[in-house]
Formats: sequence, structure tokens, C-alpha cells
Amino acid sequence: MTRSGTPRNAAQVKKAAQSRRAGRIADAASVGVKVLLTKILLLGIVDAISVYALFVLALTQDWLVFTAVLLVALLVNVIYFRRGGLPAKYLTPGLIFLAVFQIFVIGYTGYIAFTNYGTGHNSTKDDAISSLIVSSQQRVPDSPSYALTILERLGTYSFLVTDPAGRVSVGDEITPLSRVTDAETDASGQAIALPGFTSLGFSDIVANQERIAALSVPLSNDPNDGTLRTPDGSSAYLYLSDLVYDEAADTLSDTTQNVVYTANGTTGSFVADDGTELLPGWKVEVGFDNFTKAFTTDSIRGPLISVTVWTFVFAFLSVGTAFALGLFLAIVFNDLRMRGRNVYRVILILPYAFPGFLSALVWAGMLNPQFGFVNQVLFGGAEIPWLTNEWLAKFSIILVNLWLTFPYMFLVTTGALQSIPEELQEAATVDGAKPWAIFRLIKLPLLLVSVAPLLIASFAFAFNNFNLVYMLTNGGPRDVTAGVNVGATDILITMVYKVAFDGANRDYGLASAFSIVIFVLVAAVSIISFRQTKALEELN
Amino acid sequence: MKVKKKGLLAFGAVAVATSLALTGCSAGDNAETTDSASSTLTVWVDADRAAVLKDAAAEFTNESGVKVNLVQKDFAKIQEQFIAQVPTGKGPDITIAAHDWLGNLVSNGVVQPVELGDTAADYQQVAVTAMSYEGQTYGVPYAVENIALLRNTALASAAPATYDDMIAAGTAAGTEFPFLVQVGPESDPFHLYPFQTSFGAPVFGTNADGSYNPDDLSIGNAGGDAYAAWLAQEGAAGHLSVNVTSDIAKEKFNAGASPFFITGPWNVPDAEAAGIDLAIDPIPSAGGEPAQPFVGVQGFMVSAKTTNALAANEFLVNYVGSGKVQTALYEVGGRAPALTSAFEAAAADPITAGFGAVAASAVPMPNIPQMGKVWQYWGVTEAAIITGQGDPTQLWQKMTGEIQTAIQ
Repeated sequence: MTRSGTPRNAAQVKKAAQSRRAGRIADAASVGVKVLLTKILLLGIVDAISVYALFVLALTQDWLVFTAVLLVALLVNVIYFRRGGLPAKYLTPGLIFLAVFQIFVIGYTGYIAFTNYGTGHNSTKDDAISSLIVSSQQRVPDSPSYALTILERLGTYSFLVTDPAGRVSVGDEITPLSRVTDAETDASGQAIALPGFTSLGFSDIVANQERIAALSVPLSNDPNDGTLRTPDGSSAYLYLSDLVYDEAADTLSDTTQNVVYTANGTTGSFVADDGTELLPGWKVEVGFDNFTKAFTTDSIRGPLISVTVWTFVFAFLSVGTAFALGLFLAIVFNDLRMRGRNVYRVILILPYAFPGFLSALVWAGMLNPQFGFVNQVLFGGAEIPWLTNEWLAKFSIILVNLWLTFPYMFLVTTGALQSIPEELQEAATVDGAKPWAIFRLIKLPLLLVSVAPLLIASFAFAFNNFNLVYMLTNGGPRDVTAGVNVGATDILITMVYKVAFDGANRDYGLASAFSIVIFVLVAAVSIISFRQTKALEELN
Repeated sequence: MKVKKKGLLAFGAVAVATSLALTGCSAGDNAETTDSASSTLTVWVDADRAAVLKDAAAEFTNESGVKVNLVQKDFAKIQEQFIAQVPTGKGPDITIAAHDWLGNLVSNGVVQPVELGDTAADYQQVAVTAMSYEGQTYGVPYAVENIALLRNTALASAAPATYDDMIAAGTAAGTEFPFLVQVGPESDPFHLYPFQTSFGAPVFGTNADGSYNPDDLSIGNAGGDAYAAWLAQEGAAGHLSVNVTSDIAKEKFNAGASPFFITGPWNVPDAEAAGIDLAIDPIPSAGGEPAQPFVGVQGFMVSAKTTNALAANEFLVNYVGSGKVQTALYEVGGRAPALTSAFEAAAADPITAGFGAVAASAVPMPNIPQMGKVWQYWGVTEAAIITGQGDPTQLWQKMTGEIQTAIQ
């Protein structure tokens, strides 16, 4: 305890110490209760939500997610109610977010790469079957429409229909339509009630619409005459279906064409003997098919190589040119003899302030051969095909990218330059070094230590610079004689986009496989570069 | 220290709560739609249409007791989101859609047929044909949209009868361009299509009921070759230029640089704002046969997984399909109504009547999924022919072969 200058008697000291201790305990106790209450309240909320989620998941029989939620909820309770284990208390929320928003997303993309997910295969087999059956139900051409009243008796629904000639019939799912004469009719002659049945109003129909929409009332004992169905609860039409599902054999039979389609687990669709496929199919795991497709299909493999080469060239050049220009300007504006440096600096940063894809669109307009600013004003009306000649288009892409990204490099290198101590330069000057030697041997290596990681990040960004390529040239110009939908300026990511998403047929599986390939490439380049950066750091 | 710890604890617990709530929500929607949402119709609609549907929805709710929940979506993203969400059970009951998505939606199994019943005859024939796929009608149309010839009456006093007349009148007007149509570096087959049909070379042949037959690729017939030759000739003459993009075409026409402009109603308001006195004419024929542009039809479609099929049908057929709503939708979007009676009322406006007259002889844009494979070869080949990169017939036949391979 504290020791004061004047001596006191023991009792006084003890009393003071007691009261201080009591105060601390009371203080700690009151805060502790508050903390404890907050903790219980918040964990209560978490648990309540988890229990609700568990109920819902149990109802939908989604046992995998159920187990995951249960384990996470238990874990969270254990972590926060346990004494000690402070690091876990800090880390848990972050880890859960990491799992939900990062690891799951990456894992799911990886999973998709091994499926045939895409147009025609985006759901389950049950969905595919019901969708095929529904769309095969055709209204019999020129059949009359029947005015309809829906009746209910003991939980069974019946159709009370009035045909255009005014004849009234009743029937349900099992009993075909039969004529009745004792129906009650309204002013327009439509039968609206039948003794012994309850007529349903619209709200009752809406309340039971799933059952009513599924009703099909046979027109007669012969199934080939078709069945009455209602799309809206107020009128019925005659439908014939030509697809029948046989659950035991797992086949769909087309009764009008006499074709049997068998479920095929490897393609995820119903296929006839002659190879005709019914769409929609369903999603199945296809193993490495997407990867084999990417590397063996002629229309993809051929361009894949040239596109990969151009992607690397583009990424290196775009980082290299921007870094060179940014560094040059940074050195120039770092020189104290330069007047009005701040004004220039602000102007130089302007391109950085525009959204990249907008700039790309504006540049596409400016580079128009006939009407663009560049040719009209700068080249006196010469029709230079900036974006339609293969090499000029590549040049234009790098030029526009330079315009877009040099301010960033300028900012970064200015900062890094200013952090290099002036004494180094002075010492070198005293030793008789020329400015170029000072720059090459002293400043640049020191600069690279701090800038290299950013260059690697820029490289990874340039590697996937979709916006620029898509907005400026759309990957073009295309060589029409090549017959492949890949142009001279396409980089890997735009090629993936075209292969997977162009036109009506989407192939998410193939696209995911491609993104994994791109990820591997970028990761490999980054790892190698970071190793090199480590060597730089040893300079320090 | 104590205070800090408490704050952090609270933050931690909230974070856990939210993340669990997120997992709970995503998994929970399946079950929810089956019980609590049975009397609520969820409708995806774009921002412009939402205001109009609000009234129709309120009326429907009054009469039927079914709530309508309008969800605003970006039109351009609806197709993809609908295909992604319906199979999970999280999609809407009804969505606004364009008819040319239909083949894709059907092959993904996400839409179900709509029975227009006897009201089918109340719509323009082209609209119902467009909304049909393999003999089934999948949507309730509300608007048709197509391109036509916009004429600056100050520069050209009469509608040209043929393409040559148009060039002659345009040259006589002494403007920078005899006529304008957007082409762009990868060409624009949609805007050039009326010229192509005037040579008798539609993309696909049609079945007896007016639907397209994917097995009959007629783009490569003799008419197609003639059209390719014509493209090369007009490209060399400078009448068609890949440098004329949509922005440039519009800007030049509004600046009075040409008496004629082939475009859609979407460019009319700006032209009128630029003070141009407009007349809408049929697109003149270049190859002798009628120049038929594509018609785009917008409408509403019903999800394959809806649990509200009857209410959805009732709402679409009897409310969205009513003259009142169709007229209101026309007034907000300026697209000609699909319902004949509403169209006739709207045709009091000469611009709408002009586009409508062109639509009467137009063809619906193919809604079969095979069409998706056509665009990527079609545009670049046209552009190559226009810029003279080879023999037109050879390029055209090569394109036909590639499309043939792609759609098999």
C-alpha cells in the first residue's frame, strides 16, 4: 500500500485499507454484474436465434447445416461462459465471419467447379421432373373454357363446371365429370352451388391454392380425353399431358411420340436412346470434367495459350509502365527546386479520382477512329484504328491503363522516397557518386523494399483487370476467320466471362474451374515474387 | 480496462448473433414461404413499373385479400437472379421479364405456363407468339417495342419507299450522313436486321404456329449471301460505318446531321427535346422484300416453384392484363401496350401509332435458347464485312457454319 510521509497508527492504516478494499469489491461486483447481465442477454439472443434456426433446419431436414449451427452455438456458449481463455473470446466472432464470408465462399466455388451447374442444370432432380411434367401439359387446341365453381365436401374438392352451352357437370380427381341438373345458377347461367357441397369463395381458394392448382378432373373414363385443370380458380380448361414419369424405372415416357427418356446420373438429365436430352436437367457432380474440358476442347484450349501469354504481358507491362512513370514523376516532384509542386501533384492525382470503368468507356469514345477526340484533334482527322487493329488495340489498352494507374504509383513512390533519409544521398555525394549511381544503387533498392509488395498486389489486380478490357475493347478486335469468341486483347478473366456467360447458355461449373486455374496462376506468381522481395529486405 | 472489455464482449456477442442470424435466415426461408407467406404474392418489378403496379396491387388486395409485395430489381439483373433463386425456393412468385429470356428460363425449369384463356385474343398476336415457347404461353405481355425509321421532317418531307429512295433523299438533304443507324465495332445485328430480312434471310425459319424452328437456320440462304454483298457495298460507300456507335448516331441525328435515323422509341424523347420535328415511318426495304425488324415483348412470368399459382394467375390475367393497367404502364414507359384495346387508345399519339404500324409487320425476336449462340458470331462477321476484311460470301458462309456447330 502507499506509504505517506507522516507516520500513522496501525488501526488508522488498517481501516483505510479496509474501506478501500471494500470500495473496490463493491465496484468490481457492480460492474461484474452489469457485464454478466449483458453477456447473458447477448448470448441469450444468440441462443434464441440459433434455436430458431435449428427448428427451421430440422423442419427442412437440412441435417448438415443443422449440425454446423448446433456445434457453433454450443462452442460460442462454452467460450463465453468459461473462465479464462481470453484470446478465444476475442477471436471467435472474427473467425465465424471468416468462415461464413470467406472460407465457405471459396469452398463453394471449388465445389461448383466439380459440378455441371449452369443453364439447364441448376436444380434438383425432383424440380426437373415436375417442371418437365408441368410444361408438357398442353391445353387442348380450340377446347372450350368452362366456368368453374370449386366445391368442397369432407375435405375433398370437386369442380362444378358450366360449359359454353350451359350444361352443368361435376367431378373430382377420382370421379370423371358427370351431368347434374339440380345445381343453383346465377344470372349469367353459371352454376354456383350444388346441394350437399360447400362452394368456395376466392379467399378459401387462395388459402388452399396449392391443392386446387394440383387438381386434375378427368373429362371421362378414357384418360386420352384429357383432364380439366384450373389456373386461376374461376375457369377450367381441358389439358392433355404427353409426359408420364415412372418412378420405379426412373423414366419419363412421351406418350404421343412413344419415346422413353431414362434418367442419366452422369449428365444430370433424361436422355432417350437416340441421345435426345430433355431440359431442364439437374445438377450433378462431374468430377474433373470441367478441367478436362478447359484443356482439351479445341475452341477453348487454342486461345487459352495465347490469352495466357497476353495476360502476363499485359500485367507486367501495365505494372511496369505505371511504376516507371509514377517513379519518374515522384522524383521530379520531390526535387525542392521544382516550383508549384503541390498544384502539379493535385492535377496528377485526378485520373485516380475517376471510376475506372467510366474512364475506360470515355477513352473508348475518344479513340473512335472517325469521330474520336484523339484522331480528330490530335492527329488532324487521320483514321487510326486504335481499337480495331490487333496491335494498336493492345497498345491502347496499356496506354489507358497507364493513364488510370500512374497516379497510384506516383503517390506510393512519393511516400516511399520521402522516407529515405537525405543523409544517404549526401554521404554518397560526398563519396563522389553520380546522381544516376545514387539512384540505381541506393535509392531504388531502398524504395523497392517498401514498394515491392504493392507492386505484387498491383500485378494481381492487373491480371484480373476485367473492367478495363471489357469496357475499352470488349476483348476485341476478333479475328472472324478464327471462329472462336476470343479477341486479341482478351485476358484470362474476360475469356472466362465469355466462355461461361456469353449468350444464353451459362456454364458456372466451367467458369469456377477457370477461376481456380487463374487463382493458381496468380498465387504462383505472388509466391515467387514475395520470395524475391525477401531477398531485397536483406539489404536493410 | 473494464469498460473496454465489456464493450468488446458486447461487440463479440453482437457479431456472433448477426452471423448466426445470417445463417439462420438463409436456411430458414424455405420453410417460411410454405406457411406464413401463402397469402402474399412476391413480384419482382423494375423501378419504372413498380409505381404503376402499386395501384393494381392495392386493388387486387382489396378484392381478394391476397397481399402483393412488390420488390424493385434492376431489370438487367433479373434473368440471372431469377434463374439462381427460384430453385432454392427463395425467388418471387411473379417476375417482370423480356420475352427473349424465355427459352433460357424454360430450359432451366424456373417458369410455368400461364393460361391466358379466352383473353389471349385480346392481345396483339405478335405479343402472344413472343411469350410462347414450344406451344405453351409463359407470360402475360404488357408492352411491345421495336425499331422504326425516325424522320426529321424539316430535312425530308416524305417517307422513303425503298432504301435507295432513302439514300437519295438523304443525299439531297445535303447533311453529313444520308441516314444513320448504330453499328459499332462489333456491328449491331439487331438494328441491321430489317435490312437482312428485306433480302429474305431471317435467322431461323418458323413453324406453322409462328414459333421459331432451331433446326432451320435460314441465315445462310441465298438471301443471306445477297445481304452480305450488300453490307460490303454499303460499307465501302460509307453509308454503314462501324465507327458510328449508338451514342454517336443519336448525337448526330439530334444535331440535324441526317434526316433519317433507324432506332427505337427510347431515343424519341431526346430527339424531341433537341427540337426535332419527328415522323415515324416503316423501315425501307433494301432487298425487295418487306423490312421486318425484331419486336421485343415485355411481360410478367410466373415462377415454377410458386406456392401461389392460382393467385398469381388471377393477378396477372385479370389485373395486369386489364386495359387500365396496360394503359398506365404505357404512360410511364412509353412502350406500346400489348393489349389491343389499350394500344388503340395509345395510338392517338402519332409516334406510338407509327411504331405500332411497323410492329404489325415485324417479327418477334427469337426466344429459343439457340439464339444466344447466334449473336457472338453474327455481329463480328457483319463488322468484318462492312470494313471489307475479306470476301463477304465466304465470311457469311463461315459464320453460318460456326452457328450451325454451336447450336447443335
